[in-house]
Amino acid sequence: MTSQDERGARGRDGAIAVKPSAPPRFDVGGLIRRPETGALIGTVGVLVFFSIVGGRTFLSSAGVSSWLNVAAELGIIALPVGLLMIAGELDLSVGSVLAASSMTTSIVSGNWGMPVFVGILSGLALGLLVGAANGLVVTRTRVPSFVVTLATNFSVAGITLALAIALTGSTSSSLSAGEPAKTLLGSLIGGQFEVAVIWWALAVAVVGWLLHVSKYGNWIFAIGGDLESARTMGIPINGVKIALYMSSALGAALVGVIQAILYNGAQVAAGQAFVFNSIIAVVIGGVLLTGGYGSVVGIVMGTLTFAIVNQGIYFSGWDANLASLILGLMLLAAVLMNNTFRRMALSYSPKSKPVEQGRR
Amino acid sequence: MTTETPTSPPLLRLTDISMSFGSTQVLTDVSLEVRRGEVLCLLGDNGAGKSTLIKIMSGVYQPKSGKIEVEGRPVTFTSPRDSARYGLATVHQFGGTFPLMTIGRSFFVGAEPEKGFWPLKRFDRKFANEVAVREMRQLGITRVTDGDRLVGGLSGGERQALAIGRAVYFGASILVLDEPTAALGVKEAAHVLRIVMAARKKGIAVVFITHQVTHALTVGDHFAVLIRGAKAADFRKGEKSREEITDLMAGGEAMAELEAELDAYENAHEGHAPQIA
Repeated sequence: MTSQDERGARGRDGAIAVKPSAPPRFDVGGLIRRPETGALIGTVGVLVFFSIVGGRTFLSSAGVSSWLNVAAELGIIALPVGLLMIAGELDLSVGSVLAASSMTTSIVSGNWGMPVFVGILSGLALGLLVGAANGLVVTRTRVPSFVVTLATNFSVAGITLALAIALTGSTSSSLSAGEPAKTLLGSLIGGQFEVAVIWWALAVAVVGWLLHVSKYGNWIFAIGGDLESARTMGIPINGVKIALYMSSALGAALVGVIQAILYNGAQVAAGQAFVFNSIIAVVIGGVLLTGGYGSVVGIVMGTLTFAIVNQGIYFSGWDANLASLILGLMLLAAVLMNNTFRRMALSYSPKSKPVEQGRR
Repeated sequence: MTTETPTSPPLLRLTDISMSFGSTQVLTDVSLEVRRGEVLCLLGDNGAGKSTLIKIMSGVYQPKSGKIEVEGRPVTFTSPRDSARYGLATVHQFGGTFPLMTIGRSFFVGAEPEKGFWPLKRFDRKFANEVAVREMRQLGITRVTDGDRLVGGLSGGERQALAIGRAVYFGASILVLDEPTAALGVKEAAHVLRIVMAARKKGIAVVFITHQVTHALTVGDHFAVLIRGAKAADFRKGEKSREEITDLMAGGEAMAELEAELDAYENAHEGHAPQIA
């Protein structure tokens, strides 16, 4: 291509010949551009902080398992919730879905004595069903997902409570799962680490692949970045959103099932903390609340940060209630820091500077 | 069409297009045509019906009457994808791109290149970045060499180049540019005009919608002026002066009247022009 226009541009810039040769693959710009940079700083920060304040037990395997277990359960939910947020939607119904699935598994296999795999599948299927309902209502009615999923959270909680009382006469149910369900979902590795940690690692691999390696990630970013453009470019928006709602509900259902098997039973009031905790983890992880920006590594970092602060406080010898204060402040600081990094990412253009100087 | 002139039929021809919303007549019998390697400038003041016409061309609206032909074949566009299938691409004022996506990723949204085997197919980032940078370079953007940069870090002109480059890469033969220079500074606008010229040189038919007469005169081969939904003038390069066109756009006499009014006002207010909000 040697059109006049291009030669004109080259001639005017002039500096193309003197620009530095291609920078190394891992440059500062590359780091700044990443959504998880702020989250990484946060995670390392709290880890160092609580290692100092919490003493040696914090880094012992008992200490690590205490926050890694919290991170694993939260992480399984935060990953798909993060995907949804990148696509520009929220899911506030994960709390009730967790409780409903947990109760379903426990009632089906505990109270009714069916094989445990039937209970597990019922719990997970219930999650998928609620997720599909969320997705359908959000895409069909265009009511903001905040409202739709908040309504779902209340409705599902209500149904769960009413049905639990009607079916079992109690707000809790007990279940003793046999093998191999116990080993696969509800055991403690080395007596300390929940098997959920492995499920979380699997989820990280799958979601990481989906978001950053497969083409579907591009769809998710595009939907969250500019819905109308994404639609005109032929992306099946409603299908993607429904699938994402089903995956966030499936994540919540999986944690519900894991809890039912691990704790040998379920309660109707479980899980509500996950609603906001998952959002906190995702936002600390550098995902933009309004969509279009974020990363799986960031979500993992945000989840770890949350868990470390949440559990680290017990090792510090301080009032445990301070954990919420620290998390609240961290959330605010994280958003401010992530905004700064995002601005830097937008304005950072490693190779333009010499050219611009050449123009003057 | 067999009754055509010996030269090939125009790439895009609209004949007697009319459109109304409820009882409001928005377009009345508008006819336009644009040929390969030609820039048709569609001029008009705000509310003249330009946006409606764009939406008809891009398949968002279906006209109430009139016909659309692509290369002489009558077509109906029932959706934006339909219109894209016939080689029409519409680029909006801000490029319709995703500020927080990388250049390579946003270039291929909805048409991602993949490598590897199912179920482990991967988005081919290297290929995407290379193509995006190359297509922008072909439109004269040499400042962008890294496809991993975020679109939001590009200037307005570079974003237009990205959007136009994308349309061209995916086989658009007719580009509809909706006010591409409206939000840009003088230098950036000049850049976009150069991009339009580059696209024309590639043999693409360009429909350039604008209300800036100077920009239109710089790149246009053929001009059409819309006033209140009807085509008020249709002329080729060099047939009308800038002033004549401006007058036309504002509605001819209306402009003269306004000038007289302004003169009267200035006289009455000791030379101060009326304040414009």
